[in-house]
Amino acid sequence: MAAASHQHPPAHVRIELKNEPAAVDRAQNDLVAEMEKRGYPKASLFAVRLAVHEALTNAFVHGHKGSPDKPVRLEYTVHDDRADIEIEDFGEGFDPASIPDPTLDENLEKGCGRGLLLIRAYMKIAEYSASGNVLRMVYERPG
Amino acid sequence: MAAESRIRVKRVNDVMQVEFLDRNILDEGNIQVIGDEIAALIDATPNPKLLLSFANVEHLSSAALGTLITINNRVKARQGQLRLSNIDPQIYEVFTITRLNKLFSIHPTTEDAIKSLA
Repeated sequence: MAAASHQHPPAHVRIELKNEPAAVDRAQNDLVAEMEKRGYPKASLFAVRLAVHEALTNAFVHGHKGSPDKPVRLEYTVHDDRADIEIEDFGEGFDPASIPDPTLDENLEKGCGRGLLLIRAYMKIAEYSASGNVLRMVYERPG
Repeated sequence: MAAESRIRVKRVNDVMQVEFLDRNILDEGNIQVIGDEIAALIDATPNPKLLLSFANVEHLSSAALGTLITINNRVKARQGQLRLSNIDPQIYEVFTITRLNKLFSIHPTTEDAIKSLA
């Protein structure tokens, strides 16, 4: 309904995050709170929190190779029907096609490599820039 | 100084029942502590029978899944058995997406999991 879609103006946030668990947690809570305000179901909050957590972990751990002082840019706009999220690290970038499929039998017992799979499972769009250091994600409200 | 414990352990007969105290098992530092604590339990027990209950857990990251795989391998290396139980449906979906529901023995309740332990 048009009336419902204009209940809340889009919330736009741009934040530079360092690899500090409390700050990362707070940023995720703020994003989820904006969605909660717009009545997204619990499953959506779960999905977005997980995808953003995985994307930020990839940016800090793989993008910045654990370097604690380099900030990651988290930018998002929460609409009533979708959330646009972008995460940029300042590392060398990577080729997402180089990540082996963790669901293959031979990879099932490997300890890592599942973050991107989860991001793609929960997001409508999850695509890396050609440089491989900017991840753009779109979450769509179900139904 | 030792980090604060993030699990509660109950021994019933020969089964070690581990409950997670965190609602969110996301942060790498916490996951490391949990992994180390459970590894110490496994290493102290021959043929360990280990049950991990996720009753309190609302969020779980891929790093936590990695630690569960390490725990599984450690239990197997000591000819033990691992069971998971009380997994919230949303978290169970994470196991399904990653196909780790095929790797782990997952049960609805602790009672079901205990019954399945030989």
